[in-house]
Amino acid sequence: MPDFLTLTLGGLTNGAIYAALGLALVIIYRATRVVNFAQPALALLCAYLAYSVNRATGGYWLGLLVALVAGGVLGALTERVLMRPLRRSGELAPVIATLGLLMLLQAVSGMIWSAEPKSFPYAFDFRGAFSPAAVFVVVVVLVTAGAVLALFGATTLGLRMRAAAFKPEVASLVGVKVGLMLTIGWTLAAVVGALAGVLAAPPFLSPTVLDAVFVYALTAAVLGGLENPVGTIIGGFGLGVVLSYVSGYVGPELVTLASLAILVLVLTFRPHGLFGRGVARRV
Amino acid sequence: MQSDPALTVSATTVRFGGLTALDDVSLAVRPGTVHGVIGPNGAGKTTLFNVICGFVRPVRGEVLWRGESLRHHRTHDLARLGITRTVQGLGLFAGATVLDNVLVGAHRHRGSSALGTLLGLRGAVRDERRLTERALGVLDELDIARWRDALPGALPYGVRKRVALARALVAEPELLLLDEPASGLSEVEVEELVVLLRGLTDRTAVLLVEHHVDMVMRVCDHITVLDFGRVIADGPPEQVRADERVTEAYLGTAG
Repeated sequence: MPDFLTLTLGGLTNGAIYAALGLALVIIYRATRVVNFAQPALALLCAYLAYSVNRATGGYWLGLLVALVAGGVLGALTERVLMRPLRRSGELAPVIATLGLLMLLQAVSGMIWSAEPKSFPYAFDFRGAFSPAAVFVVVVVLVTAGAVLALFGATTLGLRMRAAAFKPEVASLVGVKVGLMLTIGWTLAAVVGALAGVLAAPPFLSPTVLDAVFVYALTAAVLGGLENPVGTIIGGFGLGVVLSYVSGYVGPELVTLASLAILVLVLTFRPHGLFGRGVARRV
Repeated sequence: MQSDPALTVSATTVRFGGLTALDDVSLAVRPGTVHGVIGPNGAGKTTLFNVICGFVRPVRGEVLWRGESLRHHRTHDLARLGITRTVQGLGLFAGATVLDNVLVGAHRHRGSSALGTLLGLRGAVRDERRLTERALGVLDELDIARWRDALPGALPYGVRKRVALARALVAEPELLLLDEPASGLSEVEVEELVVLLRGLTDRTAVLLVEHHVDMVMRVCDHITVLDFGRVIADGPPEQVRADERVTEAYLGTAG
């Protein structure tokens, strides 16, 4: 019988990653009403860049830094080049475009780095129930989430981002640069996503390594109501722990199924998420 | 002796398909004045505002701000240039408090960049505090400070209108565009609005579009009357009131 504490701590570590990737989805959904299906591929590309830098330098931190910067650049480019021309093309077109980008980036990653799994390092020693590497993951994600929340809740920049998302025309009339706010939103989301990618990659990086993580992250975001960062973070950690119990007590082969079941149940009975309050909390 | 106009709309024509919404419209708003635009429904009042704000492109004519064309400016540039606007639906941000709503408009004079805020630079933090103080000052001035932490949805309509006005005022504009500022207000609130608008003339010009003709006659220094997209009268209130064409346009009598 697996140890309850070990399962819980392991679940929290995984959950942190779901929370981070989910947060990336929520930032973009709040700003543009688009679920960014390309998010795992953007994060994947960043993780591969970190891998290449790690190989070249033999260190971990420079690779992480490169991944975060690359995430920001990719996010900004995605918004400017792909999403902005589609702003007036209805609700479906941008979503389809993110799906296209997902396939493109995944294929490109496979072409550059091959489909063969590459060994990817942890930040710290990963042995033990709650290893330094696991503590690092949880702490980094909590700090990042705190910073994102502070940005949205306590700065006028965050306020302008929310305003631009909620009523673009009115926001522009009082001087908000709506386009710039969207670019900042995508940049920020992609940086958080890149962080999630680097944290999720070990021990092996392959073009499909983030696919399952993305399903869990999406579930976490839906648990939070898709536009509630706090709900998503709680949802991510909670889902990590629940799936860890499923894996330990029921069977690891049922984890993805359990996640999809939770997703379906939430969408059926609480479409605004466990913490959502419907349309009233759209800003 | 009149000062140079702050805003000039010169010979502007707007067409939507076959419909001519504005037909060769010209007007000049002078600094420190309240300028009203009135006219029956569909006369082109809101279209005029939309041209000034860059939402609608005219087929002919242009808008000049202090002698410079606004043709190449985008809507969000106007606040920086000193022009802000309220809209008919108020457009308040429902999930944000009254104070936050006003803060959205409060960044025209902000010194630090978006990047500075993201990095949490000290200058940026100081800026945020200064902006909050200025927003509170405007809330105080409009006598709505006690609702600073309320959500707009819970407030009476008259208060919400003041929040929208505060959001446009906090940028310290030199031209305030008000789209139907009196609509939906009680008679008492309209009186208060007249006093308030007259009190603004020492710092900003006001251009307002309004149905409430009595109110416009009392608050405005200068009135432009539109009918079917054309200017049919333009001058001080007493002159416009005496103009036969204005009476005809409003009463619908032919010749």
